[in-house]
Amino acid sequence: MTTTDTRLLVTAGDGTATPRRNRRRYTPEGRRSLLLTVLLWLLVLYFVLPLWWLFVSSTKSNSALFSTFGMWFGGDFSLWENLQTLFTVRDGIFLRWMLNTLLYSVTAALGATLLATMAGYAFAKYDFPGKKILFSATLGAVMIPLTALALPTYLLFSQAGLTDTPWAIIIPSLVSPFGVYLMRVYAADAIPDGLIEAGRMDGAGEFRIFWQVGLRLLGPGLVTVFLFSLVATWNNYFLPLVMLNSSELYPITVGLAQLQSAASQGGGAQALFSTVITGSFVSILPLVIAFLFLQRYWQSGLASGGVKG
Amino acid sequence: MSHSPALTDERPASIQLPKRRTSPAKRKQRLAAYLFLLPFFVVFLTMLVVPLVYSLYLSLFESKLIGGEVFAGLANYARALTDSAFLGSLGRVGLFFIIQVPIMLGLALFLALALDSTRARGSKAVRLLIFTPYAVPAVVATLMWGYLYGEDFGPIAQVARAVGLGTPEFLSAQNILGSMMNIVTWEFVGYNMIIMYAALRSIPAELYEAAEIDGAGQFRLAWSVKIPAIRPAIMLTVIFSIIGSFQLFAEPSLLNAIAPAAISNSFTPNYYGYNIAFINQELNYAAAIAFLLGLVIAIVSYFVQLAGERRERVGAADRETQP
Repeated sequence: MTTTDTRLLVTAGDGTATPRRNRRRYTPEGRRSLLLTVLLWLLVLYFVLPLWWLFVSSTKSNSALFSTFGMWFGGDFSLWENLQTLFTVRDGIFLRWMLNTLLYSVTAALGATLLATMAGYAFAKYDFPGKKILFSATLGAVMIPLTALALPTYLLFSQAGLTDTPWAIIIPSLVSPFGVYLMRVYAADAIPDGLIEAGRMDGAGEFRIFWQVGLRLLGPGLVTVFLFSLVATWNNYFLPLVMLNSSELYPITVGLAQLQSAASQGGGAQALFSTVITGSFVSILPLVIAFLFLQRYWQSGLASGGVKG
Repeated sequence: MSHSPALTDERPASIQLPKRRTSPAKRKQRLAAYLFLLPFFVVFLTMLVVPLVYSLYLSLFESKLIGGEVFAGLANYARALTDSAFLGSLGRVGLFFIIQVPIMLGLALFLALALDSTRARGSKAVRLLIFTPYAVPAVVATLMWGYLYGEDFGPIAQVARAVGLGTPEFLSAQNILGSMMNIVTWEFVGYNMIIMYAALRSIPAELYEAAEIDGAGQFRLAWSVKIPAIRPAIMLTVIFSIIGSFQLFAEPSLLNAIAPAAISNSFTPNYYGYNIAFINQELNYAAAIAFLLGLVIAIVSYFVQLAGERRERVGAADRETQP
């Protein structure tokens, strides 16, 4: 089965270094279509309006939430009060959850990126016995449903006394088979073999070549793998839900879900709904901002090395 | 040991001496390669392979009130295959896959092609705005849509009432699966669009030149040049979508809080497995369900790839026979 995977997933992944394609643009007379523009922007509304609602709602008091039109501001502007409640509810646990998420996802993403880069580089630039089978195993693993592993991993971790610790979230998130695949394709393209040979001629060791030549050329690929591993851990709900008991260790996803269920059980009597909504809004800001600021890197990382036709 | 054709490309011709024994330099390089791979494969083994095997092992036992853990053979699997709750949950995610994935990927492909054609104004902003939901965790997306769907103060219901359409029941038992499809579509169209768009951007110019001489229009160009060229990327999104839809967890578990009547504890296989393991404490049975789910995903992925390959072959043959 894995052989089929290999053929379908990778066309450029056989380790051959192909020359970089020139960035052409095929623009037939550069004509614009009004119809297409309108259609696309209508579709944009579908993706943006829910987020607009989330922003508008986080500026409303709990009562205005239920009595005013959802898509526009109404009642008093209570964003500051909501933020104040959010950051003081249960002794400021929301901030703790945000920091936990940051800690888990940044650590896991850094680790996953490093492991995937080293492995991808080895697959792209070396020849060694067992290369094919190891790479096929990696690709096959892309298909293993990670949530199916949560239960056995939980049992193994609880025997090792690792459940209800940050390690229970970080260690399983270090495996990124898709990251290895991406880095292999990217490294094959981005690092000329001549440069590695030249490094060897100069008497540099293999690891020095990797750190000083390889990593420098892998920039956009690194950002891409880092961001996508970051999102995977940041957005994960199942694994922390299974692994963690203490609410001080929760990441933001599990924390918000808990706040929400408390709000539903309270029948909305307290200001909890507006707290959940404001919390949801605040929690998505860091990732959205990261993607906006790093777009130049991750987009070129995907385009030039990532997924080829 | 076999020399792959890739290897010959990577070395200057002078080094390719016809000697069989590996030189010390080459041995050093091999060692370096293994060391580069080591950290990844240590984690790979302990976090993927060991849990998988352990899951299989657990699923072969049964916990008895008297006697503790006893070997049960395939009893847990037999139970799962006759468990209407499990089969129902599989049917539900299967239905989800058949309906939602074509809509989501069709929309993503349309958007990617539209952006690639550079015919629309503000393409760059469109691309980023549509991608943004990917940065929103499934938990937040579900919470948010849960409020948007709300019958009393949800904005969709407010608008529907204002224009005299009555109150739509997004959270009723019949509609909840559709409502969930909408949430997942909202979350992942942008992600799939970006993968396809990235592939479209790296189509070599020569392919277009041939079509240009042909005088092909935008639709012909998309259909007979662009889509075949990015087939591997499309297949990748299909595989990811199979995995995603069969593993649905956050969406049902959060919607359960606001629509308990519409979401049973076996709404999706994963949600069922979680409830069996952590509410009912039937670990062995839960392991069997997790393993079966993995098997189903692998089988579905395999057949979808097979179908994709066959189509590719047929497509290629068609193109060749055309004058």
